[in-house]
Amino acid sequence: MIKLNSPHDLEILRESIVSKRDPNRTCVTVCSGTGCLAYGSHDIFREFRLEIEKQRLGEEVDLRRTGCHGFCGRGPLIVIFPEKICYLGAQKEDVADIVSKTIVDKELVDRLLYKDFETGEQITRIDDIPFYKYQKRILLDNNALIDPEKIDDYIAIGGYSAIAKVLFEWNRDDLIKEIKEANLRGRGGGGFPMGVKWETTRNVPVDPKYVIVNADEGDPGAYMDRSLLEGNPHCVLEGLIIGAYAVGSQEGFIYVRDEYPLALENTKIAIETAREYGLLGENILGSGFDFEITIHRGAGAFVSGESSALMNAVEGRVGEPRPKYIHTSVKGLWDRPTCLNNVETWANVPFIVNKGADWFKSIGTENSKGTKIFSLVGKINNTGLVEVPMGTTLREIVYHIGGGIPNAKKFKAVQTGGPSGGVLPEDMLDIPVDFDALTEAGSMMGSGGMIVMDENTCMVDTARYYIEFLAHESCGKCIPCREGLRQMLRILNSITRGVGKEGDIELLEELGEMMQEASLCALGKTAPNPVLSTIRHFRDEYEAHINEARCPAGVCKELIIYHINPEDCLRCGLCEKNCPTNAISKDEDEVYVINQESCIKCGSCMSVCPEKANAIVVENAFRPPFANDLPKTDVAATTIYST
Amino acid sequence: MKTIELVIDGKKVQAEEGATILEVARENGIYIPTLCHDDQLQPAGTCRMCMVEISNNGRKKLVASCVYEVEENLVVKTDSEKIRKIRRMIVELLWPTVPALAKEFGVDKSRFVPEHTECCLCGLCVRYCAEVKKLNAVYFKGRGIDREIAFVPELADECVYCRECFNLCVGGLIVNQCGSVYS
Repeated sequence: MIKLNSPHDLEILRESIVSKRDPNRTCVTVCSGTGCLAYGSHDIFREFRLEIEKQRLGEEVDLRRTGCHGFCGRGPLIVIFPEKICYLGAQKEDVADIVSKTIVDKELVDRLLYKDFETGEQITRIDDIPFYKYQKRILLDNNALIDPEKIDDYIAIGGYSAIAKVLFEWNRDDLIKEIKEANLRGRGGGGFPMGVKWETTRNVPVDPKYVIVNADEGDPGAYMDRSLLEGNPHCVLEGLIIGAYAVGSQEGFIYVRDEYPLALENTKIAIETAREYGLLGENILGSGFDFEITIHRGAGAFVSGESSALMNAVEGRVGEPRPKYIHTSVKGLWDRPTCLNNVETWANVPFIVNKGADWFKSIGTENSKGTKIFSLVGKINNTGLVEVPMGTTLREIVYHIGGGIPNAKKFKAVQTGGPSGGVLPEDMLDIPVDFDALTEAGSMMGSGGMIVMDENTCMVDTARYYIEFLAHESCGKCIPCREGLRQMLRILNSITRGVGKEGDIELLEELGEMMQEASLCALGKTAPNPVLSTIRHFRDEYEAHINEARCPAGVCKELIIYHINPEDCLRCGLCEKNCPTNAISKDEDEVYVINQESCIKCGSCMSVCPEKANAIVVENAFRPPFANDLPKTDVAATTIYST
Repeated sequence: MKTIELVIDGKKVQAEEGATILEVARENGIYIPTLCHDDQLQPAGTCRMCMVEISNNGRKKLVASCVYEVEENLVVKTDSEKIRKIRRMIVELLWPTVPALAKEFGVDKSRFVPEHTECCLCGLCVRYCAEVKKLNAVYFKGRGIDREIAFVPELADECVYCRECFNLCVGGLIVNQCGSVYS
């Protein structure tokens, strides 16, 4: 590889890469994000290579592995350029068909196209699929165009030109002014303006200074940063290098959790190749600016995503938040000024530099600019990563992009902001999604997790799940957070088991408010949010659990029983086959019954029961059981209940 | 060293730059309750008993006074209904390991079910062993609600003779359990 010594060298390299590529040439891209890899996209890629070789198409067709396309629920994704034909859920066996039909004969493989949920209409182009049509993909768009392992792909689409611009045309003040003007706020949860952070770090008269990428994304169900780092690591590197130049740092860290092996691998390759080109290391692009990046692998602690805990971890200490009231931008890593932002925030920087603060400001709401990536998961038709302008309403995200709730179930709530966020009920679906509106509504933006819940979700159980997660992921250092979570979990456990007491709701509220006020770090301060927001919007469910020992959604195991309705049962026997504890058997009338003694209420029978029958019903356990659920020998009991 | 003027509980006081609110208050005879604080040790800010209300330029917030450094024109309130509520709740959460504080705040029962009866995990022993004794024989094991005090077996031989952390122990775990093991 040649070392680039000036912006001119970079431009020449870019032109030479682009000149070798024909935009009208057929290019098959196979998504290799973690989701699609799990679906077997690696085999599909290999199969494509063999098939293209076999049909001697190597001269006419390019094959490319790319980063995550975002439509993860329907993977593996294959997009064929230049027509942008999108095939969903393809398997290895479909590859021969795609090559001979679509590539050679220019015909579509209908069975792999997107079909509209309502109209059944087939959609060919990826951009016309509703999931993509209503998004504004700025950061994620490039994921689909480049092979994350190839720096040339990134340079071909104009990559690293922002560095050239910053190093040779702008001074540091211009740069910080531009970022401040753009009002880019931290995407990791806090929403602190990045430009202000840069300025503070820069103005502290202490050297050396550090810059850090926080890639310790740990919220259940969230994987935005993972996909960015896996699919387009150079964009994050470019942002980090620009930030380092702005604050005057020569050393940066990328803190990646070890649970993200592909992100680690791709980032490692990105750093190596960028160094070979002279885009990293000493004398970047001949400008005289030196900058090095080290990858620090996280050891699996959620709390290490908190900025001061992360810095402790990088220093080699236990990842616990620091109690001091001093910003890390003044005293951070090894007590030096440190500028820390999360992956998505850094990834925005090259775009702002290239397109200007005015362009960035034109997207979004008054105080929240730009786009935000959400991972839309849970009970939703289109699962995946969505990128929308700030201010898009929850309704648009859930119904237009997400395609609504599957199986004609009713929407109940959407949980935003991960474990520290809150739930928002249906009447709040029209609030615009930005930093301030979500906080006002009692939830938060967080890093962008968005979990949709349908009518079969118990809100008390949901709160209990998050509190259990936090109770084990809290560092345990300060009393309000550690003991508060311990007692919250204890109370929620008793409520979901039907032994909650009167006054428990009020006690939870009081405890939650205390934790918000008194905890040491942001994790503790936001930890009671799942409880407080579910109480705020679904108090009646808590009351039903406590006063009537009833779980309205039919989830809490101690409060429900499963029962097979003999009139609806098709006698197919699927439930019997799938029952893990053999609790289902036929009685002498050939009707399937559930033995309540050995039933563990896992719900397998319900999920396998054919849709046309729907014979498995969930009943309140405190209601007398159906006669045929009882052992036949228990004559006395049967008589009592049949009267 | 720069001198800073601030107001604590209506009293105008002077302090050196870099001092914490707790230090300045104590120098001036103003009482703030603490649990995890000891003058020999670095402040940890973990028990949150020393929370006070500060206001500067009209912005009010609650901070842990043992780690908050004094600022010019800071107005500090060491007691209020809100602060009292927090302190009482902390005592309830630690019930029954902190009898002295419970008496002070008039807490005679807890609405919570206690899980530890001898250790409030204040960490005084851990910090003493690390900072003063420089031995690190006592440490925190686990995180979150699984956190507990443990000894490093290879280093704990000396504990039998040292026992210096016994004097600091609030809940009595070290004295009662470890003390009996090592005596």
